[in-house]
Amino acid sequence: MHLSAIVVFIGLFFLIAFLGFLSARWQRGDLGHLHEWGLGGRRFGAWITWFLIGGDLYTAYTFVAVPALVFGAGALGFFALPYTVLVYPLVFAILPRLWSIAKHHNFITAADFVAARYGSPALALAIALTGIVATMPYIALQLVGVEVVIAGLGFPTHGIIGELPLIVAFVVLAAFTYTSGLRAPAAIAIVKDVLVYITVLALVIVVPLQLGGFAKIFAAIPKHLLYLPPVHGNDLGLQSFYITLALGSAMALMLYPHATTAVLSASGPKTLRRNWIFLPAYSFVLGLIALLGYMAYAAKLPSNPSLAPYFHAYGPQFAMPGLLLQYFPGYFVGIGFAAVAIGALVPAAIMSIAAANLFTRSIYRAYWRPNCSAGQETQVAKLVSLVVKFGALLFILLLPTQFAIQLQLLGGILILQTLPAIVSGIYTRWFDPRALLLAWALALAWAIWAASLTSFQKSSYALHLAGWTIPGYIGLYALLLNVLLALAGTLLLRSLRWHSTVDHTDAAAYEELRQDA
Amino acid sequence: MKIDSQHPATGRSAGVRHRLGLPGLIYLAIPCLAVLLLPLYNRADPQLFGIPFFYWWQILWVPLSGFFLYLAYRRVEKGR
Repeated sequence: MHLSAIVVFIGLFFLIAFLGFLSARWQRGDLGHLHEWGLGGRRFGAWITWFLIGGDLYTAYTFVAVPALVFGAGALGFFALPYTVLVYPLVFAILPRLWSIAKHHNFITAADFVAARYGSPALALAIALTGIVATMPYIALQLVGVEVVIAGLGFPTHGIIGELPLIVAFVVLAAFTYTSGLRAPAAIAIVKDVLVYITVLALVIVVPLQLGGFAKIFAAIPKHLLYLPPVHGNDLGLQSFYITLALGSAMALMLYPHATTAVLSASGPKTLRRNWIFLPAYSFVLGLIALLGYMAYAAKLPSNPSLAPYFHAYGPQFAMPGLLLQYFPGYFVGIGFAAVAIGALVPAAIMSIAAANLFTRSIYRAYWRPNCSAGQETQVAKLVSLVVKFGALLFILLLPTQFAIQLQLLGGILILQTLPAIVSGIYTRWFDPRALLLAWALALAWAIWAASLTSFQKSSYALHLAGWTIPGYIGLYALLLNVLLALAGTLLLRSLRWHSTVDHTDAAAYEELRQDA
Repeated sequence: MKIDSQHPATGRSAGVRHRLGLPGLIYLAIPCLAVLLLPLYNRADPQLFGIPFFYWWQILWVPLSGFFLYLAYRRVEKGR
């Protein structure tokens, strides 16, 4: 046990729990309305939005998984960097229009928007279900990050004593999300980020000094891991996979329900654009975090007898926690581990709120209680956010971790298939909802089949085209198929004059109103 | 603002239409292309502080993407 680390860890945890409950009073609104509980009243300014989106997208799992990927797979793990470079130009071009129309009609989720845009509850249901299914394993994965650092504190890796801290952390999370809604993760995100920046800066300064500089660190990495393998004959190999994975992941991130929730909670398009300029600051930290994987490799952490049992239990996932334990005093380990644990609670809270919003609007209100009051609607969302979180907890406690990782990988592929309906709808009402629905279903079926070829271990599919072998991200290939099918289906329906023209959205509301500066 | 006073009839200057336009799209496309053109940077040299090109090129484009987002922001919000 690392006593000073545990004391600091628990102290910081209490601080954020306190903040979480207190935040219900912040920018006070009537929490009996879904846009107040689930979107913080759409009043978050540029700074809070920056922390909220940052806390949302750069999760605890990122801190643990990205160094783990680089530690284990080398250059391929660095795809996280181009991925985060690609995501902001994409959202900058597309999402401000979604904010404007959502504000005008009080849409809480992307599925809400699709339902009104296409007059199709069935298409909205498909979008909502995809969102919920993709989000659940993502929440579960956040717990993996917490599990790893709790073990690093010296708790047993198995049995009830080892799992108790995780359960306590999750009960606290569930309670303050229930009472405070989106205000809780927004408040906590600020503390989380301060801790993360302190930890990462300390790591990237201290560890290279100890290891004799970056040149020595990179010299310790085998050449075949340091770069992507050259194109071999007609096989593009990992190179095409690297690019398609980065691009597909960036597009998927934009479509995840928790990203939509954070974007719609901002006070306006100008707020969003302004903070997208500064969000790459997080990506910069992410780049540094990725390099930690090589530092752990160069430091030969797994051969250290005191760390070996952890690497045995958690594999490369212990690279980042291992560096902290190896090079830092106990109290600082506590700070770093708290950063990871709190970094799990922020996105887990936002994700559970996003899933709850989807269920409430697109399933409960659409099919079950169309005439429910605002208060009932919010109550259902609050309860569903509890159900979602405990589902994720049971998932992690009862099933192997590997299962959650594979499902999350599949989740990214699935969520990407909601792109044609959502993104095309932001610009045009040309596509037919039935064509979009059919294309969505067939693309999902193909994607699941393609992933099953590797028993859901990998997200790569080798496309054979004109004599070339082009391994690429399944999600992106399925998206191409999806778009082609939606185009063909709509053209067919239009040529037969069977296409639907229902549109409940206000055409003028896509252009934003002028904001106060 | 000068532009506004030159166009009193439109109420707001022609630039404040919150449109990216072609220049805005080009600003946004530049950082994307920089990281998508993998064959250009999948190599060791030139190194920087002992960091291979592959790594520092991609890290460099993180703050640069922020700069190009700023140009696009100026274009959309101020029409410049």
